[in-house]
Amino acid sequence: MADMATHNAHHAQHDAFQHQFEDMEQQRDAGTFGMWVFLAQEIMFFGGIFAAYIVYRALFHDSFEIGSNLLNVKFGAANTVVLIASSLTMALAIHAAQAGKKGKTQVMYLLLTVLLGVIFLAVKFTFEWTADYHEHLIPGFGFIIRPEWGAAGSHVPMFFSFYFFMTGLHALHMIVGIPIILIIAVMAWRNKFDEVYHAPLEMVGLYWHFVDIVWIFLFPLLYLVGGRYLSNGGH
Amino acid sequence: MSTTVIAEIPGHELPSEERVNYLTVDHSVKSWLLTHDHKRIALLYLISITLMFFVGGFFAVLMRLNLIEPTGLVAPETYNKLFSMHGIIMVFFFLVPSIPATLGNFLVPMMIGARDLAFPRINLLSWYIYIVGAAFTMYAVISGGVDTGWTFYTPYSSTFSHSQVIPAAVGVFVTGFSSILTGLNFIVTIHKMRAPGLTWFRLPLFIWAMYATSVIFILGTPVIAITLFLLGLERLLHIGIFDPAIGGDPILFQHMFWFYSHPAVYIMILPGMGVMSELITAFSRKRIFGYTFVAFSSLAIAVISFLVWGHHMFVTGQSVYAGLIFSVLSFMVAIPSAIKVFNWTATLYKGSISYEAPMLYALGFIGLFTMGGLTGLFLASLATDVHLNGTYFIVAHFHYIMVGGAVMAYLGGLHFWWPKITGRLYPDGWARFAALVIFVGFNLTFFPQFVLGYLGMPRRYAVYPGEFQVLNVMSSAGASILGVGYIIPLVYFIWSFKYGPIAGPNPWGAKGLEWTTPSPPPTENFEEVPIVTEQAYNYAGTSESAHG
Repeated sequence: MADMATHNAHHAQHDAFQHQFEDMEQQRDAGTFGMWVFLAQEIMFFGGIFAAYIVYRALFHDSFEIGSNLLNVKFGAANTVVLIASSLTMALAIHAAQAGKKGKTQVMYLLLTVLLGVIFLAVKFTFEWTADYHEHLIPGFGFIIRPEWGAAGSHVPMFFSFYFFMTGLHALHMIVGIPIILIIAVMAWRNKFDEVYHAPLEMVGLYWHFVDIVWIFLFPLLYLVGGRYLSNGGH
Repeated sequence: MSTTVIAEIPGHELPSEERVNYLTVDHSVKSWLLTHDHKRIALLYLISITLMFFVGGFFAVLMRLNLIEPTGLVAPETYNKLFSMHGIIMVFFFLVPSIPATLGNFLVPMMIGARDLAFPRINLLSWYIYIVGAAFTMYAVISGGVDTGWTFYTPYSSTFSHSQVIPAAVGVFVTGFSSILTGLNFIVTIHKMRAPGLTWFRLPLFIWAMYATSVIFILGTPVIAITLFLLGLERLLHIGIFDPAIGGDPILFQHMFWFYSHPAVYIMILPGMGVMSELITAFSRKRIFGYTFVAFSSLAIAVISFLVWGHHMFVTGQSVYAGLIFSVLSFMVAIPSAIKVFNWTATLYKGSISYEAPMLYALGFIGLFTMGGLTGLFLASLATDVHLNGTYFIVAHFHYIMVGGAVMAYLGGLHFWWPKITGRLYPDGWARFAALVIFVGFNLTFFPQFVLGYLGMPRRYAVYPGEFQVLNVMSSAGASILGVGYIIPLVYFIWSFKYGPIAGPNPWGAKGLEWTTPSPPPTENFEEVPIVTEQAYNYAGTSESAHG
């Protein structure tokens, strides 16, 4: 930030400069701060559903355990790795811009991010959700309560309602994010970003990291909360 | 007056027609629909919410007509739709955006000496989102209406209602994002774009109020968005989260709904309080009494507003202990609210008060808001709430806050800044007359409802026992007076837009950066960035150190 100020005279000439600001530094500050405020809004958005989850997990502990153990933890874990890797490539893209590397380097990292995002969604939809559908685990789409679940079975659909709503909302955020990253990649390809001006890239990065962090919370809450390995080891 | 923040305003002395301003810079429709100018977007919002106000008001008229007769004039099912559509439209499409999206949009950059909001395109986007949301809701109206009440309580809304719940909920959901974007824009703008010398404690109190409101927009609105999303899924797919038949809890819906919708009450009243501080100081020619107290009371209201939602649920199966805590917290909101009322009245003390139309609204606000606030304490007390809950007492209470408070402040603010917005004056005699008509009509409409509620008449019923008829007829008579009171300003505002006398840059002799530019302002607001060297409301012309 400090060395940005010395470039002020140059900033005012930048073609991405918008008239309502005094200089490029103010513009960049405003943009980043705006993204943080937006993320605060996102936290409250997800916060509502997390709060509801906590209430029902406390009420229907056994049903949530059964539901959680029906999820495929291997796919969930693999996807966690994929998503963390995509955060890394996103950070590398921003770093490339900050270090003044060529647009092509930034584009490469951005496309890698998109690729990892698409892999995540593909695993989610084709391997996980499709299997759930065939196993009649989607509430509202022919959910079948199995006799072996016993008394707790009646509330297993509740767990899956949360599962599909939360992961669906998370996937929706990724589906929104991917085209935006592609637009940013086109801008990077045209060498729009350099060490002085890379605010849009940074802002998309913030958004992408946020979406990753949501997953970091979703993964244990949905996949691990059944504690299947704990109980297997214990008995 | 000329000792304000910037020494000379070029083009000051020219009549407004000869100078290019934000209205005359381009007349094409496209230039309006694609504008990035916060002032034009404020006008787009002004037109849209005025339309919605009269649609919502139309439903209120039908309700009051129905209640003239104890047996009712319309079918109970129709009446359910009337009060639901009235509530949904007035709350989400008029009151919530009213002051922030119109006066706030227009004034936030002008008051802090900026050329525009930080994100002009997002600002325009927020208006389009509002329009899309309004379109969904109007579709719900035309295609048969909603009958759930504005609160959309489950399981009625999710399972049993046969009305247009989904389009109405989608409308509210979508419109929420226009509020979020407005709040985001204000927070960033107020943080990052204040003119040189304009420190936080030199800001006009309207800005503090807008800031506090924006915090609620950002932290509250997403929660109702997710709640309505879940409600929609519940209705379409029966996912069970709010459905008691499959283990869900309908009371959870109420918790999540009021987590937003109680702070939303403060979204409606906080901007009004901000307007009040501007009006009271301008028309009593005094600096506000206790500036920092008024400023921080806005933030205090915003924070506490998130902790009181349970007072809507004292009789809804909430634990007594939770009720106790929520009751205490609700009483705490009264403290910052009272601070404001006391400080406004203390500002009047020994001021040179004049009674222009905006000031009449401001004085009306003090009385009506105080009544609305004090009756709120009846409802925040656990024992009295058991008696009053679900009666017309509640209806009267929140209309004293939302109409007597928020709408009075909105109209006062509109009258105050109308010369700045349009460059024209409205007929002052008519304006004072309308203010009095509204005050009388309002009290005649809603005061009898306190009595009705206390006597036990429940809200949301199309019929009532015959002994309540006199008070109901009084209320309906008041509503017709109130309706006339709202139409008079509509007429003279439209008239003055073209034929009103030229206002000049500062017809009230008021302080604040927005009065230092020509009226209407040029697109860039200020010819050069103003430098602020004094406190807000420096009507005495003293230096800052004298006030410590």
